[in-house]
Amino acid sequence: MATTNVNNGVNVDALLAAREALRGAPQAAKFKWRASCKWKNGTHTNSTVQGFHGLGAEQKHKTEFSFEADHPEIFASEDLGATPVEYVLVGLASCLTAGVAAVAQNRGIQLRSVEAKLEGSMDIQGILGIDSDVRNGYDDIKVTFNIDADASKKDIEALVAQSQKRSAVYDIITNPTNVTVEVV
Amino acid sequence: MVLERGEVANSWRRERWDSLRLLTPNWQSRLPGYRYEGPDPDGFMTMAEVIAFVAGFAAASGAPVRTQTTVTSVVRAGEGYHVTTDRGDFECRCLVLASGACNVASVPGVRQAVPASVECFTALEYRNPAQLPDGGVLVVGASATGVQLADEIRRSGRPVTLSVGEHVRLPRTYRGKDVLWWMEASGIWNQRYDEIDDLTRARKLPSPQLVGTPERATLDLNSLSDAGVQIVGRLAAVRDGRALFSGGLRNQFALADLKMDRLLDAFDEWARSHRRDADVGPTERFEATRPPASSRLDLPLATGEIRSIIWATGFRPDYSWLHVPVVDPKGYLRHDGGVVDAPGLYAIGLPVLRRRKSTFIHGAEDDARDLIEHLAGYLANSP
Repeated sequence: MATTNVNNGVNVDALLAAREALRGAPQAAKFKWRASCKWKNGTHTNSTVQGFHGLGAEQKHKTEFSFEADHPEIFASEDLGATPVEYVLVGLASCLTAGVAAVAQNRGIQLRSVEAKLEGSMDIQGILGIDSDVRNGYDDIKVTFNIDADASKKDIEALVAQSQKRSAVYDIITNPTNVTVEVV
Repeated sequence: MVLERGEVANSWRRERWDSLRLLTPNWQSRLPGYRYEGPDPDGFMTMAEVIAFVAGFAAASGAPVRTQTTVTSVVRAGEGYHVTTDRGDFECRCLVLASGACNVASVPGVRQAVPASVECFTALEYRNPAQLPDGGVLVVGASATGVQLADEIRRSGRPVTLSVGEHVRLPRTYRGKDVLWWMEASGIWNQRYDEIDDLTRARKLPSPQLVGTPERATLDLNSLSDAGVQIVGRLAAVRDGRALFSGGLRNQFALADLKMDRLLDAFDEWARSHRRDADVGPTERFEATRPPASSRLDLPLATGEIRSIIWATGFRPDYSWLHVPVVDPKGYLRHDGGVVDAPGLYAIGLPVLRRRKSTFIHGAEDDARDLIEHLAGYLANSP
């Protein structure tokens, strides 16, 4: 199907070739993703990403990417960046949307536009320590896709379902992950 | 020679729960020259009936079965194999592995973290609800086994939570016919292993959510919810005495509903193009799987709310006795449509071995014919 004239800008042949190559070399499939964060002032931080490990070697993004995070003014902060919980939504949105493009390419579906709107509900009584029964994080996340493509509604629903099935960030959010935090 | 560790139909005699019936209707129970001829072609055999059926075939076919003979080792020897059993040794040129795919229960590693106060049962150990302690039951897995056990245990009055990962949803009947009639008539069940896009995936698919009952009832997650079973996501971890479930349940529902609808579309297309619409009822579509208002993400295991866990998490073959290098690192046999990666070695009765129907009783005949042809050719062409 990848041989049709559909072009979503995803090189599916390269991805499928990589899948075949890694099937026989599971060590090369072990990746480490990294981020560094520096406190600026108040709740304002600056995080950067550039290096990562994969395919058995150290790798690098072409440039360093930088992210300002802060809290909005209603939390008595300076609002110099998105809140960290919004970055979580950004991660989920971009992961699922990239997945939609890749799956569409693989299934021979031409995309014209893909928009996702995300909303996470959170009771901040948790983070403020008002009620210990309330969790800190999101209690629900809703993603709404609006997709214009050469495909039936069912096929578009199947795209979105398959994208969730193969999404790293969706998995990270929906399943528990061990986290170790140390001080050096 | 056919070697059988116990009696004919041994696993049907010893490794099934009491209420189990076949998933396939009686009319589909057929082996070469032998078929169900009773009064209820649309019914589903009980285990006693299956045992009688298989034993009847063994007698009718005159198969040279040596019962109570357990194979303990197979090694390559010369141009063939040396088979050691607890009742003597045998040499053979060709060997067919017919020990199946369900020798041991496959239980996820999280079982190690389950508190000792919770009793664990695999699907091979479970017999009936009376075996379980009173109180809440967590059933892990939503294949045919998981949904059947959740339903039966719920009916015993116990609170039941069912943990649902990837699953295959099917209605028992569609347009007035058994769904397995459609699988057969439309040719889908006959699809060959070398025609299937993702064979690895097809071979690992969980069994469809089906049950054989006299009422020909559909057993799906909606009917289990209606019966009061609490549906939760895939069991992801057991941490600090709590079972943690995935929040991805809605997408598991969406995937299963979409796949079921695609299959029903294929049935409809077959009926239309083969002019069979008049032989079946009107097209149907089923209610989407209803997501729980808010699915629970965790369940305490040490507080007494859950007293037992049923691991309906699948099975694995056991090749610990097979000392021929044909098993992959994950414990599965390397074979091409039942022709194993060693001269004169064959397998039968594994998932999608040569066709989608390979693990069903009536699926044995075509696979056996193909493999015997290959085997006879091998014997004729080797010294």
